[in-house]
Amino acid sequence: MLRRTLPQAIAFIIGFAMLIQYFIPHPISERFYNVIVQQWLIIILGFMYIFALRSFFMHHIVKIRRKKEGYWFSAMAIVALLFMLSSGLITTRGVFFDSLYNYMIAPLQATMFSLLAFFIASAAFRAFRARNFQATLLLVTAVIVMIGRVPIGDYLWKGMPDLVEWIMSVPNMAAMRGIRIGVGLGAVATAMKIILGIERSYMGGE
Amino acid sequence: MGFWQRLLQLDRKWIFLGIAIVVIIPLIKPLGLPIKPTKPVQDLFNYIDTLGPQSDAIFLVCDFDPSLMPELMPMIQSILRHCLTKGVPVILHGGLYPAYIGIAKMAIDEVAAEFPEKKSGEDYVFLGFIPGVTAVILAIGIDIASTFKTDYYGVPIDSLPMMYGIKNYSDISLVVDISGSSSPESWLMYGQERYSVNVGLGCTAVSAPSYYAFLQSGQFVGMMGGMKGAAEYEELLARKGYPAGKRPATTGMDSQSFAHLLIILLVILGNIGYFVVRRAERKAGMERRKR
Repeated sequence: MLRRTLPQAIAFIIGFAMLIQYFIPHPISERFYNVIVQQWLIIILGFMYIFALRSFFMHHIVKIRRKKEGYWFSAMAIVALLFMLSSGLITTRGVFFDSLYNYMIAPLQATMFSLLAFFIASAAFRAFRARNFQATLLLVTAVIVMIGRVPIGDYLWKGMPDLVEWIMSVPNMAAMRGIRIGVGLGAVATAMKIILGIERSYMGGE
Repeated sequence: MGFWQRLLQLDRKWIFLGIAIVVIIPLIKPLGLPIKPTKPVQDLFNYIDTLGPQSDAIFLVCDFDPSLMPELMPMIQSILRHCLTKGVPVILHGGLYPAYIGIAKMAIDEVAAEFPEKKSGEDYVFLGFIPGVTAVILAIGIDIASTFKTDYYGVPIDSLPMMYGIKNYSDISLVVDISGSSSPESWLMYGQERYSVNVGLGCTAVSAPSYYAFLQSGQFVGMMGGMKGAAEYEELLARKGYPAGKRPATTGMDSQSFAHLLIILLVILGNIGYFVVRRAERKAGMERRKR
């Protein structure tokens, strides 16, 4: 009952209430919306971080206990999290916390992401082949967009940026719009299935 | 083994070296390739440029982490510079996720130092992080002060002079979401659709193609896509004679230009090699069968 029926009932009542509320511009309806959005929702979503932390610790502690390969990376992750957390709590918005962010996290993340450029270049050289018509079409379009999205494209041929803008605004947009409409309809259908209790996988199992 | 076969088996460290060279040299010695602003960037610039000290505020959102700094940091700083130059009240929000707040702090610290006469709370307001993601977007539509309570520095929002006439989206002329995720769609769905606030965005070059549908429908006022979008905004600031800082995106475009050229060259060489080797292998196979 508590594991299945109660969450389903909450999802049904709140889901329909929010759906109906959207179409009723009455002060009671507005007050209900304000309470849900400004208080309940923010509080509930705040708990998301508690679950995230629990999941993080469970995952890494199990790896350390079982001494799985690279378990000391897990130990480092836990130490780094606790160190960053405590430095934030002790020196609230202080110089030390900012320094850790600016001089450790920022360069580390930027370095990891910038490595992508090297791997993309290598992968493009090895795998980007005009094996058939579709692959050739993709390759030619990619080359045009790549050259037209940088200033040297304009330098080589004045019409290049306009050609790229046309590719982005017409064929690309048409395809993306079709995908998005499909995704939107799918999201509405899934939401209705959750509200009506047909889709229950979000509660685990099934 | 022929030339093309050897080329196809090229050790990737040579490709890495090539990329490193074409990225580093233009950064050391910029070429200053011309930047031509595109319509989506021009639209965003024009919208902000029509505003002034008496206009409704700009709500600038920093929704990215340090991994995307080279692309997105110049965007947020350019808009901050534009607003502070024009005297447009600007609210900088430290993002929908906790990892983004440090970036917003870096951006405002650097730009505010260029405008010593501008004061926090009077000319700009820096809001910190609160959990909620989409709930935060919705809650801003009800009341900013009761949603955030204080600014990043712990000063109650009610006591900030700039915020006296700013309650919710009805007092905001434009939300600009500088984002490395799908958050601009959330600002559209919950900010614009529910509260009719105008939304503009800055995003990575990879995600830009997915937003053209919203640009065409007029749901987004304008867009800066990738480092090129940021460079175009810097160019527009410079053309108007506004301060544009060190123009990091413009400098980066030279490197990006040559990196793209090298990748295109590699793709062409890789394809020529692929077809030459494939033809040679087929020919050799046919000869073996004949024998």
